[in-house]
Amino acid sequence: MDAIKQKQDQEYQQYVYKKMPKSNLFKNCMLAFLVGGAICTVGQIVLNIGKNYYNMNQERAAIFTSIVMIFLGAVLTGIGVYDDIGKIGGAGSIVPITGFSNSIVSPAMEFKREGYVLGVGAKMFVVAGPVLVYGIGTSVLIGLIYHFFIK
Amino acid sequence: MEKRLGGQTVVLHNNPKIISRASIVGRKESQGPLAEYFDEVMPDNLWGEDSWEKTECRMLKEVCEKAIINANKQVTDINYMFAGDLLNQIMTANFAARQLGIPFFGLFGACSTMTEALSLGSIMVDGGYANNVLCATSSHFCTAERQFRYPLEQGTQRAPTGQWTVTGAGAVIVSNKGDGPSVTHITTGKVIDYGIKDVNNMGAAMAPAAAETIKTHFQDTGRGPQDYDLIVTGDLGKFGRELTIDLLAKEGYDISSRYIDCGCEIYSEDQNVQSGGSGCGCSAVVFTGFILKKMEDGEINRVLIGSTGALLSTTSTQQGESIPGIVHLVAIEKKEG
Repeated sequence: MDAIKQKQDQEYQQYVYKKMPKSNLFKNCMLAFLVGGAICTVGQIVLNIGKNYYNMNQERAAIFTSIVMIFLGAVLTGIGVYDDIGKIGGAGSIVPITGFSNSIVSPAMEFKREGYVLGVGAKMFVVAGPVLVYGIGTSVLIGLIYHFFIK
Repeated sequence: MEKRLGGQTVVLHNNPKIISRASIVGRKESQGPLAEYFDEVMPDNLWGEDSWEKTECRMLKEVCEKAIINANKQVTDINYMFAGDLLNQIMTANFAARQLGIPFFGLFGACSTMTEALSLGSIMVDGGYANNVLCATSSHFCTAERQFRYPLEQGTQRAPTGQWTVTGAGAVIVSNKGDGPSVTHITTGKVIDYGIKDVNNMGAAMAPAAAETIKTHFQDTGRGPQDYDLIVTGDLGKFGRELTIDLLAKEGYDISSRYIDCGCEIYSEDQNVQSGGSGCGCSAVVFTGFILKKMEDGEINRVLIGSTGALLSTTSTQQGESIPGIVHLVAIEKKEG
């Protein structure tokens, strides 16, 4: 009985997969490239401004750029524009640091009604949390490897 | 007289009638092709409340009051209220019932709640245990998104098989006296699961339940697609609708010429809703606004409608469970005299 059901399920799943409308991969990749590229171009301009007008060295200018881009991402999320950019850009707007900013600001806005502690405080990292956990986790791991085996 | 037919169907011999109906929708729904059929349109997604949950609750309460007024009844004339919604612990229905003060049965059938409520309400009236019963449900795009998906302002892309939760509430009054189409048969669905796990493809998860229950209804009653002017499903969307037609064709039933899905009807192509509408409110407003109006006008006389529910929770999805589906069918007929 179970075997028959399993076979029936499998057949249905294959049939659904074959028939379902797929995302247009080429179009989505192109849009991600353009939107992501545009965001990075803005970042590059900010970096150049930092270097050329404020006499920052490369390291300082990079930090300055991150701060500005995170701020822009947060502002655009706050005024309700970033989600529209995201609908078009997909990965292109998620991967840059502005996307990270969006993923923190949007739950913070959403859960404000549940209060500042259990709402904003607890839910702020609901989307970005895993990135932080595994990002920091990985960097610690790589740091240890570097410390013991390479240095 | 026999009250049960086959394994899953009951016949209602005492003609419980749908004597009034009401619907409230959001702005996006009012820009769709069915705009003219809805009773009220909310000016925006918040409607002056402080949270979307409160807005949804108010929508449900007001739609219930509208249905009661349209039936020329008082709140005290209503013996029971059957209602449910999508939120955790059916918050909307409970809070609306708190304000209405009608003896209340809270239901959770995911998006199948409209016909689930109508099934139980009709049986209650048919059995003589109630004179007037209120059946209602609602969904709100913003409350559903935040519970099941991502924060609204987060920039995410939607899959082509994804659906858009309808902001809307619908209510009907079922009564033993008065004018209106009668509920004649009820086929209660089983929970059916063919192992679909993709939460962006609910149509495919629910289509087998729709096909199975419609087939069972035909077998139990000895009827076929030709006996209905219209066969309606709740929120399978474009893709789910195609799958249902295919699955039933395999069983030897061709429903394609008389079959609509509420999720396909409520929005137009250019509204950027991918596969179509979904949510409890989807079948609720299309049924109470559009289908019952068409019956009133005499354009259609016999309808088989089944709201379709995907019985998943965020916990079940995260634990890797597949998505079970359910469909409750109700046959409605306009009888003379």
